[in-house]
Amino acid sequence: MSILINKNTRLLVQGITGNEGMFHSEQMHAYGTNIVAGVTPGKGGEWVLNDKVPVFDSVRMAVQATEANASVIFVPSRFAPDAIYEAADAGIPLIVCITEGIPVQDMMRVREYLDQKKVRLLGPNCPGILTPGECKVGIIPGDIALAGNIGVVSRSGTLTYEVLYALKLVGMGATTCVGIGGDPINGMSFIDCLDMFEADPHTEKIVMIGEIGGSDEEKAAQFIASHLTKPVVSFIAGQTAPPGKRMGHAGAIIEGGSGTAAEKIIALEKAGVQVAKHPEEIPMLLR
Amino acid sequence: MKLQEYQSKSIFAKFGIPIPKGRVATTATEARQIAEELGGRVVVKSQVLVGGRGKAGGIRLAKSPKEAEELATQILGMVIKGLPVRKVLIDEAANIEQEIYLGITNDRAARRPVIMASAAGGVDIEEVARVSPEKIIKVHIDPLLGLRDFQSRDIAAGIDLPRDCWKEFARISLNLWKVYSETDSTLAEINPLVITKDRHLVAVDGKMVIDDNSLFRHSDLAEMRDLDEEVVSETEARKYGLSFIKLDGQIGCMVNGAGLAMTTMDIVKLFGGEPANFLDIGGGANADKVSAAFRIILSDKNVKAILINIFGGITRCDEVAKGILAALEEVKPSIPMVVRLVGTNSEEGIRLLADANMITATTLADAAKKSVLASQGILEM
Repeated sequence: MSILINKNTRLLVQGITGNEGMFHSEQMHAYGTNIVAGVTPGKGGEWVLNDKVPVFDSVRMAVQATEANASVIFVPSRFAPDAIYEAADAGIPLIVCITEGIPVQDMMRVREYLDQKKVRLLGPNCPGILTPGECKVGIIPGDIALAGNIGVVSRSGTLTYEVLYALKLVGMGATTCVGIGGDPINGMSFIDCLDMFEADPHTEKIVMIGEIGGSDEEKAAQFIASHLTKPVVSFIAGQTAPPGKRMGHAGAIIEGGSGTAAEKIIALEKAGVQVAKHPEEIPMLLR
Repeated sequence: MKLQEYQSKSIFAKFGIPIPKGRVATTATEARQIAEELGGRVVVKSQVLVGGRGKAGGIRLAKSPKEAEELATQILGMVIKGLPVRKVLIDEAANIEQEIYLGITNDRAARRPVIMASAAGGVDIEEVARVSPEKIIKVHIDPLLGLRDFQSRDIAAGIDLPRDCWKEFARISLNLWKVYSETDSTLAEINPLVITKDRHLVAVDGKMVIDDNSLFRHSDLAEMRDLDEEVVSETEARKYGLSFIKLDGQIGCMVNGAGLAMTTMDIVKLFGGEPANFLDIGGGANADKVSAAFRIILSDKNVKAILINIFGGITRCDEVAKGILAALEEVKPSIPMVVRLVGTNSEEGIRLLADANMITATTLADAAKKSVLASQGILEM
């Protein structure tokens, strides 16, 4: 079992003919993900991935022809908001946006629009989702994770890989790993994912990887205390970050003394979460 | 990207927000000339991208052009919070009846823009928010709908603005919303918005921060970046698409991915070292990028060792290693380097770098410990 994606996921790739889109489509396909369609406006009628996957001009046409039920977006930041609107408008229930660098006001409008629709957005600026052994949507390398009973949710990319790999080294694996992304305004939150892991019978323990900026970790801590029965282990990146500077991710800024790693760690420990001093400690805390 | 006061106010003026008459001077003589043109009392204002200019003595009232020249001489020689003053704004002094605060920013938790106002303007608004938060009125704005007039009236009433100023206040609020939304600001702030003795509103001071991610559609704003006020290495890094922030430690860090880069800094500190920087080289570590990263790290003379931590997911580690070797050929650093490569083809990558006399590490903890020892001269290549 898993959350969000599994072997029945029928994936659509927006921006499939671009460099990134094509490279990662090949990787996802090789992992066993069922890619049913691609979309690149102006390239409808072409076939890609050894002529197995049709390309359409619009998401609506692709959904009509292939019944795609999830979409992953690889288009450049200036076109990405439109790609999200298009997928939502076509009724795709799960939209995963990998694109980095979308202006924050664009994302506020996207959120406002999506809140009126019955769709889920993951990202933007995220590595995607991996259900080891079944399906991967996005850019998480498939071979660094084993299938197992741990739910992983993270705001980061390579730091998540680090954690998956540390788990693999000791023979532990994930039900599903979800990267919610590093932007200040995004789609699914820690809480959404924690709720799903709590409901998933195969997930026994949860790893939550946060970082400085915003108050999502504090909110997640409250939710853990009031709603979760499964044990949670956490790590928070950015303990040495100076205030007011953007640490790579647009969301990772400590503003006016709030959003610090120390505050987040206190909130999580209060909620009964074990917080690792560094990522390689996580497997030990899960034992 | 922060804008200077004079830049912010020139944008306000373009959007129909009244500002005082004034111009920027870089010399005291120029300051005197501008004061003569304006006639009467002027304010001499240092232009640096930090708060607390007033408290530092960087904003002064001059009663005559001669005094303006004297004050400009003083202020142009000042260093405020580490930044030398290179420009002063000479503004006509306003006849102040009351000072209010008006600003629009992103409320991350509410996922919406928020407009804020306070009758306690002209002072540090963060201080007001801390000491008496009830004095600040906040109204969230629907990002699809924009600011509506009724919201401006709610705010005006909320801060007890005199009724005869409501119309002007509503127009300024709406124009400030246009500034915020059309320039992709993350902050557009007027502090103070002055009610003059003849009952008009004037934006006497202004502050704007532009979303860096939006600069692709604002080339005019991108040109306003004040390179004089940036750390040189951060400007250089941006040119190569590297995300870099200078810190004060001894261990230079080169990492792929922002979260992992922060974690690497944290773990260096955990094992008794101090990171010299945050540096995310992104995906696909090619030789050009890595060379630039080495040059930037090495330009900091405090750096005593470099820690390279790469999680090669889809990028292959042997290719990363070749990129590093090519960069070493060019840069030839003389300080010890600790490298950790994990992921696809990591054995081959590590072998290549060990042959080049680099200290290799397998785990993050191991890499951090070794880099701390190397920076103290205990561990050598």
